[in-house]
Amino acid sequence: MATAVGSLSQPEDRSKIWEWMTTVDHKKIAALYGVTGFTFFLFAGIQALLIRTQLAVPNGTVLDADLYNQLFTTHALTMIFLAIMPLGASFFNYFIPLQIGARDVAFPRLNALGYWTFLVGGVMLTSSFFLGGAPDGGWFAYAPLTSTEYAPGKNLDFYTVSLLILGISSLMGALNFAVTIINMRAPGMLMMRLPVYMWMTLVVAFLLILSLPIITVALIQLYFDRNFSTHFFSPEAGGDPILWQHIFWLFGHPEVYVLILPSMGIVSEVLPVMSRKPLFGYSAIVFAGAAIGVLGFAVWAHHMFTTGLGTVPLIVFSASTMAIGVPTGIKIFNWLGTMWGGNIRFTTATYFAVSFIALFTIGGISGVMHASPAVDGQHQDSYFVVAHLHYVLFGGAIMGIFAGIFYWFPKMTGRFLDERMGKFTFWALFVGQNLTFFPMHFLGLAGMPRRIYTYDEGLGWETWNLVATGGSYIIALGVLVFLINFFKTMRQAPTAGDNPWDGGTLEWATSSPPPEHNFDVVPEVRDRDPLWYNRDHGIAAAPKPEHLHIHLPPPSYIPLVVAMGVALLGIGALSHIGVSVLGVAVIVYGVWAWALEPTE
Amino acid sequence: MAAAAHESGHHTSLGVDNRKLLMWIFLASECLFFGTLISTYLVFKGQSLVGPFPGEILDIPLTSASTFVLLMSSLTMVLAVYGAQHGRLGLMRGMLLATILLGLTFLGFQVYEFRHFGHLGLNLGTNQFGATFYLMTGFHGTHVGVGVLYLISLLIGSMRRSGLGKERALWVDTAGLYWHFVDVVWIVIFTIVYLIPE
Amino acid sequence: MGRSGPRRMIAIVLSLVITAVTVWLMYIAFVDSADTPQTTYQAMSDNAQLAQDVYTIIFILAGAVMAGVIALTLAFSFIYRERPGQQALQIHGNSKLELLWTLLPVLIVAAMAVPTFNAIAVITGDAPEDSLEVKAVGYQWWFQFQYPELGVVTASDLHLPVDRPILVKLESKDVIHSFWVPQLSGKVDMVPGHTNQLWFTPNTVGEFMGQCAEFCGLSHANMRFRVFVHTQEDFDAWVQSQLAEAATPEEGLAAAGAQQFTMSGCIGCHTVRGNALAMGVIGPELTHFGSRTRLAGGMVENTEVELRRWLKNPPAMKPGSIMPNLNLTDEQIDSLVAYLYSLQ
Ligand code: HEA
Ligand code: HEA
Ligand code: HEC
Ligand code: CUA
Ligand SMILES: [Cu+2]
Repeated sequence: MATAVGSLSQPEDRSKIWEWMTTVDHKKIAALYGVTGFTFFLFAGIQALLIRTQLAVPNGTVLDADLYNQLFTTHALTMIFLAIMPLGASFFNYFIPLQIGARDVAFPRLNALGYWTFLVGGVMLTSSFFLGGAPDGGWFAYAPLTSTEYAPGKNLDFYTVSLLILGISSLMGALNFAVTIINMRAPGMLMMRLPVYMWMTLVVAFLLILSLPIITVALIQLYFDRNFSTHFFSPEAGGDPILWQHIFWLFGHPEVYVLILPSMGIVSEVLPVMSRKPLFGYSAIVFAGAAIGVLGFAVWAHHMFTTGLGTVPLIVFSASTMAIGVPTGIKIFNWLGTMWGGNIRFTTATYFAVSFIALFTIGGISGVMHASPAVDGQHQDSYFVVAHLHYVLFGGAIMGIFAGIFYWFPKMTGRFLDERMGKFTFWALFVGQNLTFFPMHFLGLAGMPRRIYTYDEGLGWETWNLVATGGSYIIALGVLVFLINFFKTMRQAPTAGDNPWDGGTLEWATSSPPPEHNFDVVPEVRDRDPLWYNRDHGIAAAPKPEHLHIHLPPPSYIPLVVAMGVALLGIGALSHIGVSVLGVAVIVYGVWAWALEPTE
Repeated sequence: MAAAAHESGHHTSLGVDNRKLLMWIFLASECLFFGTLISTYLVFKGQSLVGPFPGEILDIPLTSASTFVLLMSSLTMVLAVYGAQHGRLGLMRGMLLATILLGLTFLGFQVYEFRHFGHLGLNLGTNQFGATFYLMTGFHGTHVGVGVLYLISLLIGSMRRSGLGKERALWVDTAGLYWHFVDVVWIVIFTIVYLIPE
Repeated sequence: MGRSGPRRMIAIVLSLVITAVTVWLMYIAFVDSADTPQTTYQAMSDNAQLAQDVYTIIFILAGAVMAGVIALTLAFSFIYRERPGQQALQIHGNSKLELLWTLLPVLIVAAMAVPTFNAIAVITGDAPEDSLEVKAVGYQWWFQFQYPELGVVTASDLHLPVDRPILVKLESKDVIHSFWVPQLSGKVDMVPGHTNQLWFTPNTVGEFMGQCAEFCGLSHANMRFRVFVHTQEDFDAWVQSQLAEAATPEEGLAAAGAQQFTMSGCIGCHTVRGNALAMGVIGPELTHFGSRTRLAGGMVENTEVELRRWLKNPPAMKPGSIMPNLNLTDEQIDSLVAYLYSLQ
């Protein structure tokens, strides 16, 4: 992230830009993901602010119904697919090789291709605003509202095509990360010595590998329904709208764990280091994470409790959903156990990590409430659910990501983010998000449905909506201060040193920022916290060898070419088949060149 | 595919090459892909409101023949891998060529079948059978097509100066995994569509 | 604050106080919100009461878990805040504790699950034999209500007798909608191509708010309805009034309106029983339009002002409205209003 901005602030330099466009270095790709993801976060946040402004008072007139529907749909899509997932991918990219003691990911060019494909998908989704209208069917796009009959424009085609492209991108990333973690660990880095963050990454990778193909099929079917006269989801000709819901949520629920597990991993890194003690119950946390991953595939119908599933499915899915609270609880309590007896440094990262525990619990608890179909009959599609999802996504995923940013910033850039501004950001986000999202519980309780662009006065919803809107502006203030903090810090000289927090995992064994080859000597691992082990056993770091003979893969422009092919393919799917054919040709050419390109 | 070549000789934690591991995990993903397509087919089985219905137009003997062709291609693929691993370049090239030709034959059968069904009035939008059948077998055919391209590039690669000898047997081995997977998927599809009656 | 002695006590007390105050504030807001017109927490039917009781149990258990975690997080943050000279405890875990916090949630979850299962067995089970059947059909963006046994069809206002089980069959003519009267029943979706159902027995006479709860396009926000629960006598009287056909007015403005109704093409979309020309089925039946309390899919009150606004330009009032702007002049509207309100 850091270097990216560093380079942007320099005078226009073609070769520098070319360097970024052809890079296969995992750290630079991480920077690209990070900057792009954060930009999309701001964008989706501005959309949220517009939503909140419209809802501040009854019968608001800031937005009309059409624009409102586009905004809440793209707000969700952008936050989920273009902000949180790439920010996760950014950390994965940066820290997988560093934490497992490798020089790069297993497939550096595939990694670059993943980023460029993501960018193509993101730009495509966002451009829909200027090309006739953004998707407006909600982020889960229930049929048959998404059929050409009820959504004749291109809006929903942008949805299918860009999500397909983003899915391909995530799949490439996930395959790469899985192979890297499984197969490229430093000597002595057994699976049960992997940092918890790596474990969560691995679970996320497998969740993606197994759930993305499912949504891929659903999106293709929807695309065919809209463009090739099939009837998978439209009832008149024998299709079934409920089938879309099953397939979507079979992907959708694992997806929400894709969003939260990385942050859980970050919290599991920050808390022990800041408490100055090892993680409490390492194996339990790892197994709980894996259990959440497995159970995540068995609960999807809890999003469909009101669709008339019948008594037995209701009971089965209610039980499996409630069961997920148990492994999640294990994590929560083990984090508390980690704090217990510690000597905790309250840095900004710690604030974010500790608040994660409480805020995520609030969100998890409301999740368990609507795991009861009887209760969910009242909660489903009301603001109670909106409260739930923001507590887990903002109080969980976003707070975790901020913890990661403040924790790893010194490693990535050699500079500390300003702690005073950092704490201001924390308090603004903390207070702001509680003000924004807690009242939504009350709104749901008072019967306010979600996805309404307007509401009447006299229903008792006025106060809390106004409070929520105020809260969202406080969040924005916090984010703004963070941006200032970031740009200010990047102007300063690096002073952080290799291991400023006295961390125990391998990323702290190299310089800040790390050299292109990561480690001069690949470290030998003897414990879960190798640096602490070496510290306690008086083992000095291996001396820097005099001659470094390290082969790094050369930069390559071919991923960019293939991504351009994907872009053409997508544009063709939205306009004219000829463009798609061209795109396929470019992809085939790119893959050939890829295979033939020398990598030594 | 993308493995930096310098990695191939290096230490890996499992002792399996990265590329091969990648293929295995990718195939796990593919299982879910075809699993979803097949599930959709099963969900809509017997739900077509208008004809042509599967019983009326499926030509089981014909497709059995094409299935046999695809099965044979797995055999030749095994031999190609064997040739690659034992340094018998000639055997490998011959068998790769045979696999490619068998794959193309299978595709030929499929093109014929699709066109034939089209003449009988079964199109994508005709009924649920048409939609699910074409989508599922179409994506399978696409996979066979990609596999053919994959093998062709290996074949051409083996002709190049650097050759594709024993040390690169892994490439063929990995391609073989993919090919066998696509073959197995077809067996499942064939059983479900053609053998199990409505 | 430190790790031992009085400071530790202070930290614990402080954490408990903060937690207690938070919970108390939440409780106040909760009670407040439960006292609003469209509340989900003032059940007025048997099945809604059943669900609400489950909610209460789960709410208390979940609230306790939440308060516990918050209190612990606060307490540990205060107690174990870094202090010079302190050493962190170097431990890797504690299997007894870990077992405890695995089993405890299992028990809590079980305590939530059992009442849940009992309740849904009833709620999603079969309705009693003597239920009054109502068919509710979702349209973009209004609700139609049919009483197959009584031969009554209406829209936007649903009338029910008290203390008699009601079986609502749910259908949709276009996209997915959802039938939700928080005080009478949890929501159930209206899915095109499926017939869902729900049942409940209203136990209080009164007026309740209903709302479409599934996003169904532009005017999802405006897709509302009202439920009127009457005593049996009042209900029977209402049914009688609805069974009558509409008389076509013979003179005055209303008579002109009746003609206008035909000439402007209203008959193509609306049914008025008693007017042989008006047989349309795209829009709501208007036979007894004058007696309805809500207009335009429950969006606004049925007053003359609103009706004029509606006829002037429906999509301007209700985004996306399927009823087009028919460019009626003010005189035409005058007559139509007179006619429509003659349809009592
Ligand atoms: C990060 C994302 C994330 C996470 C982690 C979760 C976690 C959970 N979610 Fe949530 N959920 C969403 C994101 C997420 N959800 C989103 C985005 C939606 C809305 C989608 C849409 O409609 O747009 C949604 C909707 C949603 C619904 C559907 C609501 C509806 O539409 O009617 C349900 C129903 O069961 C549900 C349940 C749960 C449960 C049981 C968990 C559990 O995993 C939570 C487990 C955690 C805890 C329970 C807290 C910690 C545990 C303890 C302290 C131990 C003690 C606890 C007990 C004994 C209970 N979620
Ligand atoms: C990762 C997930 C995520 C995140 C982080 C958020 C964050 C926010 N969300 Fe979002 N939301 C969803 C996921 C998320 N949401 C989902 C899945 C839905 C359901 C959608 C659906 O129904 O389909 C939803 C729906 C949703 C609704 C309901 C809409 C409806 O049903 O009608 C609302 C309403 O208030 C809302 C509000 C907010 C707010 C105020 C924030 C805030 O926290 C945002 C904070 C961020 C900022 C404020 C950005 C800061 C910007 C600046 C500081 C500007 C800087 C300026 C320049 C540089 C130019 N969200
Ligand atoms: C193309 C079909 C169409 C035509 C023509 C049409 N309407 Fe409508 N009308 C509708 C629909 C659909 C609705 C429901 C709209 C909604 O609530 O979203 C409606 C609603 C109404 C309502 C409100 C009914 C209620 O229960 O809330 C009135 C009154 C009405 N129309 C009167 C008229 C009159 C008078 C005319 C002729 C001048 C007319 N309509 C012509 C389709 C039509
Ligand atoms: Cu109908 Cu929302
Ligand atoms: Cu879920």
